[in-house]
Amino acid sequence: MTLKTSALALAALLGTTFTAAAECADPIKIGVLHSLSGTMAISETTLKDTMELLIENQNAAGGLLGCEIEAVVVDPASDWPLFAEKARELLTVSEVDVIFGSWTSVSRKSALPVLEELNGLMFYPVQYEGEESSKNVFYTGAAPNQQAIPATDYFLEELGVEKFALLGTDYVYPRTTNNILEAYLKDNGIAAEDIFVNYTPFGHSDWATIVADVVALGADGKQVGVISTINGDANIGFYKELAAAGISADDIPVVAFSVGEEELSGLDTSDLVGHLAAWNYFQSAESDSNEEWVAAWKAKMGEERVTNDPMEAHYIGFNMWVNAVTDAGTTDVDAVREAMYGQEFPNLTGGTAVMLPNHHLAKPVLIGEITADGQFDIISQTKEVPGDAWTDYLPESAVLKSDWQKLGCGMYNTETETCVQLTSNY
Amino acid sequence: MLRLISLALALWLTVPAVAFSQTFQDILQTHRDEVLKPGRRSVGVVLDDLVASGLPQAVPFLEAWRDREIVQRNSDGLFFRVIAEGDTVTLGDLDTGAELQAAEDDLTESRPNGGVRRAIGDALVQFQLSDPDIVRRQAAVEAIARSMDASQLAPLQASIDAEPDPALKETKIRLAGMLAALFADETENRIAAIAALSGDLSVDVRAVLNRLLSTTTAVAATVPGDANVAQILQVGTDITQSEAYARLVAAELAPALVPNDDIRAALVANIADAKVGGVPVHALGTDAGRWLAYDTLAAEGLAPPRVKPQTQSDAVAAHVFYTAYIEPDAAITDAARVALRATETNVALSQAIDLGLDALSLASIYFLAAIGLAITFGVMGVINMAHGEFIMMGAYTGFVVQQFVPDYTLSIIIALPLAFAITFGAGVAMERLVIRHLYHRPLETLLATFGISIALQQLAKNIFGTQARPLTSPEWLDGALMFNDVIAISYIRIAIFVLALVFLAVILFVLKRTRLGLEVRAVTQNPGMAASMGINPDRINMLTFGLGSGIAGIAGVAIGLYAKVTSEMGADYIVQSFMTVVVGGVGNVWGTLAGASLIGFLQKGIEWLNPSNTLAAQTYMILFIILFIQFRPKGIVALKGRAAAD
Amino acid sequence: MQRSFLAQNPSVIWFIAILALFTVVVTILSEVSGVGVISTSFIKTLGKTLCLCLVAITMDVVWGYCGILSLGHFAFFGIGGYAIGMWLMYARTELIVIESLAAQAIPSTAAEISDAIGNQIFGVVGSSEFPLIWTFADSLFLQLLMVILVPGLLALAFGWLAFRSRVTGVYLSILTQAMTLALALYLFQNDSGLRGNNGLSGLQNIPGYRDVPQATVSIIFFIASAIALGAGYVFFAWIVSGKMGNVIKGIRDNEARVWFLGYHVERYKLFVFTVTAVVAGIAGALYYPQAGIINPGEIAPIASIYLAVWVAIGGRGRLYGAAIGAAFVSLVSSWFTGGGAPNINLGFYTIQWTDWWLVLLGFSFVAVTLFFPKGIGGLFDLLMRKQS
Repeated sequence: MTLKTSALALAALLGTTFTAAAECADPIKIGVLHSLSGTMAISETTLKDTMELLIENQNAAGGLLGCEIEAVVVDPASDWPLFAEKARELLTVSEVDVIFGSWTSVSRKSALPVLEELNGLMFYPVQYEGEESSKNVFYTGAAPNQQAIPATDYFLEELGVEKFALLGTDYVYPRTTNNILEAYLKDNGIAAEDIFVNYTPFGHSDWATIVADVVALGADGKQVGVISTINGDANIGFYKELAAAGISADDIPVVAFSVGEEELSGLDTSDLVGHLAAWNYFQSAESDSNEEWVAAWKAKMGEERVTNDPMEAHYIGFNMWVNAVTDAGTTDVDAVREAMYGQEFPNLTGGTAVMLPNHHLAKPVLIGEITADGQFDIISQTKEVPGDAWTDYLPESAVLKSDWQKLGCGMYNTETETCVQLTSNY
Repeated sequence: MLRLISLALALWLTVPAVAFSQTFQDILQTHRDEVLKPGRRSVGVVLDDLVASGLPQAVPFLEAWRDREIVQRNSDGLFFRVIAEGDTVTLGDLDTGAELQAAEDDLTESRPNGGVRRAIGDALVQFQLSDPDIVRRQAAVEAIARSMDASQLAPLQASIDAEPDPALKETKIRLAGMLAALFADETENRIAAIAALSGDLSVDVRAVLNRLLSTTTAVAATVPGDANVAQILQVGTDITQSEAYARLVAAELAPALVPNDDIRAALVANIADAKVGGVPVHALGTDAGRWLAYDTLAAEGLAPPRVKPQTQSDAVAAHVFYTAYIEPDAAITDAARVALRATETNVALSQAIDLGLDALSLASIYFLAAIGLAITFGVMGVINMAHGEFIMMGAYTGFVVQQFVPDYTLSIIIALPLAFAITFGAGVAMERLVIRHLYHRPLETLLATFGISIALQQLAKNIFGTQARPLTSPEWLDGALMFNDVIAISYIRIAIFVLALVFLAVILFVLKRTRLGLEVRAVTQNPGMAASMGINPDRINMLTFGLGSGIAGIAGVAIGLYAKVTSEMGADYIVQSFMTVVVGGVGNVWGTLAGASLIGFLQKGIEWLNPSNTLAAQTYMILFIILFIQFRPKGIVALKGRAAAD
Repeated sequence: MQRSFLAQNPSVIWFIAILALFTVVVTILSEVSGVGVISTSFIKTLGKTLCLCLVAITMDVVWGYCGILSLGHFAFFGIGGYAIGMWLMYARTELIVIESLAAQAIPSTAAEISDAIGNQIFGVVGSSEFPLIWTFADSLFLQLLMVILVPGLLALAFGWLAFRSRVTGVYLSILTQAMTLALALYLFQNDSGLRGNNGLSGLQNIPGYRDVPQATVSIIFFIASAIALGAGYVFFAWIVSGKMGNVIKGIRDNEARVWFLGYHVERYKLFVFTVTAVVAGIAGALYYPQAGIINPGEIAPIASIYLAVWVAIGGRGRLYGAAIGAAFVSLVSSWFTGGGAPNINLGFYTIQWTDWWLVLLGFSFVAVTLFFPKGIGGLFDLLMRKQS
């Protein structure tokens, strides 16, 4: 029984590999490792579609190195160990040249050891907590200094917030981001008692007490602001409770790091108008390339579909990879990695993204106010900010530096001038 | 104060310019970049100039700017007000008001952020306080309440007498009292104003009092005579020894500690012949060895000496650590403290009541979610794992109805009975097709209904997608009932509470006063005997199951209204529902009520003890329930006699 | 005694023989032997499946033989994984840290090493202190002891409380589910000291054997899993066959009567509950180094319910049924969700199995409960009857 199934599964695997018609002797294969089922499907399916659109466009433009590009799509089903298993399959069985994938940090950490063992290459498109640098991953989403820190600066400078409520879902990204922000706020003269931190479970719905706590923070006459790393569905109950308590963005502004166009598309946003979000991209960004991209996306997926930040990350990542492969003349991982450093590509918000030796991008930071139609009014846009793998605001990380080009090390201790380790700290 | 100086400076600098400039547009052009991309800290100059110009266009411009109706024409950099948008945008000239057309591409919008809009609001205050339009007067009062600036006291007081609207007048008087407490000239006036605030527990009043009482920490050899000391800190109780020393270092009253990293660096820098300060390098793997070597280095003057623990404690003992009020006048801080103390008990009480209301609300939600389960479990001894999915079906019914009936009130009125009907039908179907065949195998019912649960959940995903769907409450349920600034509960939660009460009444009525209820109770107690008395247990089981499922459907609409509609919402409530039933005691409506109350209040209580971690509160609550079951295996309200048999 | 035991249970010989044959064939076809027909990732899948079979057998003993529907055995499985994961992470990180510190000019103090390890492991969750529960993480022996002790003691304490107060039937199921949920919620917290939602990762790398390729590691774990499964099968077959087996089955069929016959029912239940929990922990300790990562999501109550589903589909009250159910459902599941199954085009609608598989599983589960209470194992009965 088991043997038979194994044969079936193997046949299925080989099937997906060989069915696509290839003009080239050896088509270039791109692995797409995004969950198509399970809890993360809602976010990740969009990225799979993005990759397919990008590959279609590239093939229409003549492919790469004279070959067709072929997408090998697998479904790790929001099951974290499966990310490791599928990554291994992609690299050893399908023999893909590069992988675009992952959303959650835990799924990335699951795939990392496999990528490093087999010397694969992955592009990771989502904002994350930093504190990691792998030779085999390019992080095209925002590091904390490209999202959280500028948003906090905006609160401090522009809104004059003196007291902070850091509300988050209890998992790694909010925890680490809030740790960094706490240290950063203290450096900026905010006292420890003026920082309120709260963690709630995934999908939390009972927000009355927490909102009351936040309102009560205003009792000492300081301007209160909320920095929200609340994830997914839980935001709905949170914003509903805020609206019910009659709290407008003028009273207590909320800046969210995990609420984008896609998340708002299922919501009545009239309650949320004026609250903020910080990203590197909004659909409302005004540039020609963005108009083109949004039009192409809507043409493929339907008029009501929206674009969002991780999609832009894949857009930049894919195009940079294509250019790097063209420059290197091969898809060999080591050669492509060398060619990636310093790659420039215009991002969708105007300006140019640059790939840094620490495998992060330099990207502008945008702050948008939510509008009634579920889009964002961009009210602040910085110059390109270079992504920083190791934050400068936690003492243990401040001494670390990542430079794969010159130092060949992702975790270089600048104090002792030694490389702590070559693999990443998964 | 700084503001005033800068205002005066700005006036002095700009008056000549204004005198010669012909139009309002010219003033804007001198600040072109700032008008297009204003910042909270830098916009003051522009605002001061505009206000100082005394031009009548200033106020409408500022209002339009705040409302984001100002655009710049890219071709010549001039600013206009947007009148109508379309394929071409209709613009209004800021000086003449003349209308003109422009293409959208040629315009750049100025988007003042929240901080800038607040600054604009402040600048508008003096013009709006006595405006004939009440909306503008309210806006002005709100702007003052947000910024609380000394310069606003006089204009606000001046506007009170002429205020025609009694409610707004009240607000102005109150606000003026708060401003007076902060900024009045004479100490007596301030103390009187502070005394008047006593006992008011609203957040803004307490904010004023707390602002008066804000403190700084300080350290000195002896407390200086002019300091308005709030508290002398005892080392060891109020602050730790190391904190105290760190403050001494920060105040440059003691040498800084040498951190371990510096010790290491100094040792590394002084390695000679595999030795440092006479200690061989291989012996540096312990703190003692390193200290020995370092002290030698320090003695040679190659590194700053280590601060020994004894020196530290001596230095700490030689100083006084205290907090001092920023307000130098002790009479004022005393008055503020008295006023604040008067509200303390009230605030604590209000917070307790507010928490109690939250707990009550949570309990009513759990009750609604669990009561259907309690009925089926109690009457039939059947655990329905798909109960959560019936909740979900109810919520999606509400969502679908809202797609067809745009009026939210009407749609809810339709959705409630429809959700009941649909889930009633689903429940009856499930009972007839599945559960009926498994009556004597309760554990297998659990698993079969679990199979239905995962299938229904996935079906919902396939039909409605995994994205959360909106279920919007009617407008009259928006907002919250505010008793005071601390006690508040949203109307939607009150509605859910009322719904729970209604269901409690309906179920009690059905069970105790109707023929069906009598039969249900008979079947619950002894199915065999009931059957021989002419009751058809199959029919009763079917109806009971339908009833329980139908109630779940209605609970789904209610839960969807206050939280969200997703395919996984049922799973969020199922475990809590089970626990409510089990803790309360099976087969008893009152038991479920007790269980829901216990769990609701307990959860809020634990959250209150540990407000920063809601997840931990849930964990401890479950642990408590596990232990509780050990001591009362049949729940709070245990059935006695025959009915209690398994 | 031994002969009669085997003679009474021919299925044991069959099971061991098939398992041995399977193990040998897979090893020969693997990349290690040079044939390479079966990829390393599939070897890992097979090895994990064997561990799932083992935990399914424990579930069968506790439910199919003793009548306790425990919805907590996957939690014990997870605890075993966490226990071994702590050592794997600690030891691997320690080697890396010592290597990097060795390059420095002066030797490091113990505190520095411990800080550096803590920073490596907990840096991603914003901390660098070692929580108390990591006290033994530096010793493989002690952590292996934890694999057995922690699930065992937890099951002992929980079972003692529950069986003593005569919590039975669905109540007990819900209580075990509550225990699982509490454990999962606890582990989800970052404060738990086990890295919260990220869990422990990189477990496939065996400390000190960095140069051994994963192909070899996977085969070693595959064989170890097969041995554990075989040993577990024999052990449980022996337990459920003797006199004690009869008492256990008696408890399942009519608990009150066994009480009246003078047996201490709660002691038997406690024994079965605890022993199965320990074996579940061992299965977990073998599973997670193959999966590479363990996090609280693995322990969520739904996993334990699926375990019951496997056993029910495979056929309760027979050990090989549980193993077949676990292997069949988990492999078919991954075939369907992995996109292996061809989509069915109905003309107006295309059934994509990634979306519809759970619907099919759910309803087929209802069907099995209703129409084939003996599950797949029942088919063997049919075959036997035809032969005889």
